[in-house]
Amino acid sequence: MTDTPATSAEAPAAPSTLAQRIAARLGDKIISASESFGETSVEVLPENWLAVAQALRDEADFHFEQCIDVCGVDYLSYGDDEWDTRDVTSTGFSRGVEGRGAGRFKWGETLTSEHGSAAGIKVAAIPSRRFAAVAHLLSIKNNQRVRIRCHAQDDALPVVPSLTGIWPGVNWFEREAFDLFGIIFDGHPDLRRILTDYGFVGHPFRKDFPLIGNVEVRYDEALGRVIYEPVTSVEPRVGVPRVVRDDSRYDQAQAEGAANAAAK
Amino acid sequence: MQEIKNYTINFGPQHPAAHGVLRLVLELDGEVIQRADPHVGLLHRGTEKLAESKPFNQSIGYMDRLDYVSMMCNEHAYVRAIEKLLDIEAPVRAQYIRTMFDEITRILNHLMWIGSNALDLGAMAVFLYAFREREELMDCYEAVSGARMHATYYRPGGVYRDLPDRMPQYKESRWHKGSDLKRRNEWREGSMLDFLDAFTKDFPSKVDEYETLLTDNRIWKQRTVGIGVVPPEQALAWGMTGAMLRGSGIEWDLRKKQPYAMYDKMDFDIPVGVQGDCYDRYLVRVEEMRQSNRIIAQCVDWLKKNPGEVIVRNFKVAPPSREEMKDDMEALIHHFKLFSEGYSVPAGETYAAVEAPKGEFGCYLISDGANKPFRVKLRAPGFAHLSSMDAIVRGHMLPDVVAMIGTYDLVFGEVDR
Repeated sequence: MTDTPATSAEAPAAPSTLAQRIAARLGDKIISASESFGETSVEVLPENWLAVAQALRDEADFHFEQCIDVCGVDYLSYGDDEWDTRDVTSTGFSRGVEGRGAGRFKWGETLTSEHGSAAGIKVAAIPSRRFAAVAHLLSIKNNQRVRIRCHAQDDALPVVPSLTGIWPGVNWFEREAFDLFGIIFDGHPDLRRILTDYGFVGHPFRKDFPLIGNVEVRYDEALGRVIYEPVTSVEPRVGVPRVVRDDSRYDQAQAEGAANAAAK
Repeated sequence: MQEIKNYTINFGPQHPAAHGVLRLVLELDGEVIQRADPHVGLLHRGTEKLAESKPFNQSIGYMDRLDYVSMMCNEHAYVRAIEKLLDIEAPVRAQYIRTMFDEITRILNHLMWIGSNALDLGAMAVFLYAFREREELMDCYEAVSGARMHATYYRPGGVYRDLPDRMPQYKESRWHKGSDLKRRNEWREGSMLDFLDAFTKDFPSKVDEYETLLTDNRIWKQRTVGIGVVPPEQALAWGMTGAMLRGSGIEWDLRKKQPYAMYDKMDFDIPVGVQGDCYDRYLVRVEEMRQSNRIIAQCVDWLKKNPGEVIVRNFKVAPPSREEMKDDMEALIHHFKLFSEGYSVPAGETYAAVEAPKGEFGCYLISDGANKPFRVKLRAPGFAHLSSMDAIVRGHMLPDVVAMIGTYDLVFGEVDR
């Protein structure tokens, strides 16, 4: 529903879907344009990020005059789980208490969880680069949406060009992605932290940043002020293990739902 | 002698007109704003990160706490994103209930807004009037979910339970007795739908009351007309949505343009402003309350006539009923697995947006096939609006900043997430 153009101003011979039109127009500048769940996604390299954004904003067929959202994504541990449920019968069972995925490790510990290794299991393909900036664009004129994504090339120092020159409204969204993920937006006029505390260390939404944080604050009687200390008052406490299931019951679910509906 | 021209003041974070914890560093020349630098994040709770460590359903309650005056609309965006990835659709009755509660939420939000904005600009009484009706609608929240505010009522696949058959009544007390008690309980003799029916018949006259207090009020107009003008091009460039965009004359409403739930079956109008100033946005929001009232009336009408399921009968996603659970082993297992491990959502990504009272509230959800989201990004309208603060208030007077904060309809629960 999100990408059906309300106005079909393009010539009848033009490719029909937005993804095809973008691929036809910007073929050399983009990696891919795909469609899923009725939404269009475009993958772009950082060097073409600005050119693609500019074209999507200015060309009449696209006319994305609004940038609704820019966010960072950290693809570390994508598709990993903490509970092996695949070959339980042949090799014993796993209790799902050992993996240290999101929320289950402290500051200084590393994230350990495993990517589906057992044979015959479909697992989500891991993107080769860790950090990405994702922007959602909206065209009010053509009533369509598109998602553009750009993977930063260097995992240690992720840099993505800033869209602030094209849509001034992305200013804070990019500051937020910088603050939470450490993605540096090249050309941003005012790349300060925005959501975290003054003087905060680290980028809290990275997957290897612990959920319990790194410092806690308390009032110190002797010093007469609030002080920062390493976290000691809480332990990582996430009870439910992360589990990737792709077994037959999910194929069944659809059929059962339909059968139930029919029985009613 | 050294001559000091500009000076800087700190507005907030504990200022009653800052609508929460906004720290605004203002550079002033006399009383004229030269630069405004909003510092946000004082209410940052890391909702998006918390959601990554929990099964999908356990984060629905966090959504209520984002924009804590339009709770169910936030839930709606999150739940829609999950439903899209799971490829399930809520039953029609649930869609109507969602539509109705989205509009109840819109009225709740606008009542809060009209009251607090008027209070900021010096009109005390509106707040008291607005809270009178807010209380009635909050009772609907409570009747349906058990909580006045943080309902956690929408679930992937529908809503948690059907509308109640009777509306709770006031009991006799020192404060409510005699004819007053009888008047208060007059609407509450029947079901919740009967109550809402009575409410929707009465509400337009209540909106007239607020308008009597403000629309032609000289002081109100002096504080809002021509203040905080947002030209349409600027509104688009800054990513403004909702009443901020419509106030500038752009007719854009997701309920009409990209309809979800049952909005395509509803008969309602989109009000738009002309000047793009605070007064126009006030008029837009007041009209939106009247339109929401119309939508509620249509939903009540349909819901009265059409009983049915309110959540999908797919036990991999939605729990079986209590009775079934006590009776059937399979149902018990389903219940146990759902409330411990949850359900795995197929790998993929989606962006689901709803027209929340403040603007476009979106949920960008990435799943890698696990029982917990891989990444949730919540797009809050207030965040985009507040970022335009500096560009808009430059050259305005200090008191106009307060009018501007009011007209943005900020709630820091969603700005800071």
